[in-house]
Amino acid sequence: MIEARGLSKRYGSAVAVDTLTFDVRSSMVTGFLGPNGSGKSTTMRLMLGLDTPDAGQVRIGGRRYRDLRWPLREVGALLEARAFHPGRSARAHLRALAASNAIPRSRVEEVLGLVGLAGAAGRRAGTFSLGMAQRLGIAAALLGDPPVLLLDEPVNGLDPEGIRWVRSLLRSLADEGRTVFVSSHLIGELARTADRVVVIGRGRLLADTSVAELAARSASLEDSFFELTSGATDHRGTPDAKAKTS
Amino acid sequence: MTTLAPGTARDRVRFPQAARMEWIKLRSLRSTWWVLALTVAGAVGIAVAVGVNTEDAAADLTNNALAGISLGLLLVGVLGVLAMTGEYSSGMIRATLAAVPNRPLVLAAKAGVFGAIALAAGEAAAFVAFFAGGAALPAAVPAPTLGQPGVLRAVVLGGAGYCLIGLLGVGLGAVIRHTPAAIAVLVGGVYVLAQLLAGFATWAMAYLPIAIVANSLSVVEPVGDGQVRFLSPWAGLGMLCLYAAATLGAGAFLLARRDA
Repeated sequence: MIEARGLSKRYGSAVAVDTLTFDVRSSMVTGFLGPNGSGKSTTMRLMLGLDTPDAGQVRIGGRRYRDLRWPLREVGALLEARAFHPGRSARAHLRALAASNAIPRSRVEEVLGLVGLAGAAGRRAGTFSLGMAQRLGIAAALLGDPPVLLLDEPVNGLDPEGIRWVRSLLRSLADEGRTVFVSSHLIGELARTADRVVVIGRGRLLADTSVAELAARSASLEDSFFELTSGATDHRGTPDAKAKTS
Repeated sequence: MTTLAPGTARDRVRFPQAARMEWIKLRSLRSTWWVLALTVAGAVGIAVAVGVNTEDAAADLTNNALAGISLGLLLVGVLGVLAMTGEYSSGMIRATLAAVPNRPLVLAAKAGVFGAIALAAGEAAAFVAFFAGGAALPAAVPAPTLGQPGVLRAVVLGGAGYCLIGLLGVGLGAVIRHTPAAIAVLVGGVYVLAQLLAGFATWAMAYLPIAIVANSLSVVEPVGDGQVRFLSPWAGLGMLCLYAAATLGAGAFLLARRDA
């Protein structure tokens, strides 16, 4: 269970997150949707205490992230691909993280197998493709077998087989009773995995509802999403590229 | 839902866990071992070169044998900078701070582990250079021994100089965060500043890290060449400790306050 209350964050004069309040429930996959630049990644960083909010707070299981005793055993996070040193092997990267939270070494081999990196575990992670880097990030998130998972764009860079794998992984994690919070800018992808959605635009909450309810608002989930975010996006191309130049 | 067995003896992330993480991080980068090997090899190579060319038996032969330290300092200092800035350039810092949210603890663990390794490598470099430099002396010049007054101290403190400059690098890395800028400040503060001050504020020379290592720590008898009165070995050591502590303190303060 995650509770975000009145979260606000600005960088200089740019407001990234604006009085955001929502809950993320356990035993389900909650999608976190919004156009590029809507504040999804910032919100994730605030949840992990990487950035400090100007106002508001996030509680995970009733506690602030920095008060967690063994953070990796309570929250697993995939923030972005390549949150690792390129010169270090995947195995060494995971072993270092495991050591910090007194997680047994055997668990490192377990998650390497789970994400399909067992064969590449000794390679310098800098040589990994985007898809492999993403798998390493997911392995790091799963390392502490945490009841709460925060995943920022987990299917980024994955091939269709990998996307399918992530989809079933998220499903099974939620079915085990965990809290799964997944951001994406791909509405179609989340429609297939998520039970609930939190939609934001320009840092503000636009919807906090079930996928079924959001889909029923318009002809399709995608249409509902665009209607919801139409006033809250900074970058939108014109339908016909020629229309602008001619 | 499977859950890992609850914490071992301790009930939360503390220094031992954070230090273990930093140790695995440091040892799993090849560059760590290359740089340390190069540091030792450089110190020994220069000691031998200086030894072979020694003619004056009255010179501070111990200081001569430790001449390579001044150059090797840069390597260890840069390694210290990279231990911190590498986290930022790679994005690893977010994984690190998610694993250990107590930021001063992260820096303390990193400094502790890096300092211990730099000290071990530094002492190895100093002792091997001392003996190699002595062995390379011409037959007419008797080699200094560790039993002579001040010699053991010069070798031990000379080796400690690597560690303290390395820690200065870690602190600068934490303050500045960007590799090129932090290395520039390190090189500027340790080397270039000495060249500038030599022109008009020679008294200040004695307080520069490079001068402390070369003329206070690694000498049998502190030298005064008339213009500059160099610090005594222990005062020099204290001064270097102060520099390292100040940058690490500033680094910890900023690390805790800034967004990662």
